[in-house]
Amino acid sequence: MYDGLSQIVLLSLYVSGVALGLATLLGVPAGAALALQRVPGRRLIELVIYTGMGLPPVVVGLVVYLLLSRSGPLGALGWLFTPAAMIVAQTIIALPLVIGLTMTAVGGVDPALRLQVRSLGATPAQVMWAVLREARAGVLAAIIAAFGAVISEVGAVMLVGGDIDGQTRVLTTAIVLETREGNFALALALGAVLLGLALLANTLLLRLGRRPRW
Amino acid sequence: MTPLYRLRQLRKAYGEPNPRLVLDVEALDIEAGEMLAIIGPSGAGKSTLLRLLNFLEAPTSGGLEFEGRPVPPNPPLYTQRRVTTVFQRPLMLSRSVYENVAFGLRPRGLPVDKRVAAVLDEVGLAALASAPAGQLSGGEMQRAALARALVLEPAALLLDEPTANLDPNNVGLIESILLRHRQAHGTTLVLVTHNVFQARRLAGQASGRAALLLAGRLVEAGPVDDFFSNPQDPRTAAFIRGDMVY
Repeated sequence: MYDGLSQIVLLSLYVSGVALGLATLLGVPAGAALALQRVPGRRLIELVIYTGMGLPPVVVGLVVYLLLSRSGPLGALGWLFTPAAMIVAQTIIALPLVIGLTMTAVGGVDPALRLQVRSLGATPAQVMWAVLREARAGVLAAIIAAFGAVISEVGAVMLVGGDIDGQTRVLTTAIVLETREGNFALALALGAVLLGLALLANTLLLRLGRRPRW
Repeated sequence: MTPLYRLRQLRKAYGEPNPRLVLDVEALDIEAGEMLAIIGPSGAGKSTLLRLLNFLEAPTSGGLEFEGRPVPPNPPLYTQRRVTTVFQRPLMLSRSVYENVAFGLRPRGLPVDKRVAAVLDEVGLAALASAPAGQLSGGEMQRAALARALVLEPAALLLDEPTANLDPNNVGLIESILLRHRQAHGTTLVLVTHNVFQARRLAGQASGRAALLLAGRLVEAGPVDDFFSNPQDPRTAAFIRGDMVY
């Protein structure tokens, strides 16, 4: 068995899970608000978000690296080469995906439904909740897409985590390392573990989405 | 007695930078418990008027009073929850019929079970309580929409062409439910429709009033019998006869 595999798997899940959680908490309400409310400069915001959906992870890693490096504005936090830095980078990668796809999903709900829900005495927050529920398949797709993006990215975690054995090594950085060292079978096996994790996580997310309790 | 609604120089315009005036009502009072049927062609401003009466939109100018108090641009939740609308095209939430009917009760903190059961019985949907609302037929869906409005026991129930897309059987069912409910609860009913026959039938059975709205303006309003048998304005007469080309 690969040395420290369970630790690597757990750290991968922890970093991507926390980043996805943060991106969902921030991104779903933001996407819904952008779709439902009048926001000044909306077109510009949309453009920024849609561009952000294609952000190269390595560029995000570079920016987060500069921010968290000792001489950077957030250097005092001491987060560089820790899981915290990896979470920050992955949250930045996931956030535009969650916002943008939620915005599209919520925007696809018939505006007349909002009016009818308001007419039944719902507050703006209750209207947003009801519409989000109607758009749940799209919102779930947003979360799944963001999970796919963060669990599989390597550029950002490599830069800000440093791939330190036992501390910041995750599945993707381990695959890079083993490939570089010529251990292709091992790298492929780690790739299979990564795919298996993604499959498990998506099964769980889909199961949660099938019977909404929110 | 203070009317439920008091409208004075109520105007609503849409569009910028060249706003288009779609509603311009000089004066209209709607008494508590009355049945008012407002007829008019498509684009007359009927639905806009109902949105203002349901406080879903604020008027561009003029005065709107509800229960003796001026309605501010963002009315308090208590005021908003005194009124509800049944729309021409009912949209159901992707939940059961029961949950759709319970939707408005929950945020009000009102008891759900007994009320929902009673109203589903009232509209003839008790057997479909647990069915997904999206699978109802058009007539059943409109009755579910009516149920989720009636269950709230509003002071005013606004009806926006509620039977325009329905077969005669469902039209009859909905009209009788409305009349029965009004009699039992004293609910104010404001119906807007282009269907002259329905306006006459419903307002007639409730000894109500009828009014004609044309190009955003109230042409004439009066007790239903006078309105239909002895209209004062030639445009009202033409609309009732079906001679008006619009």
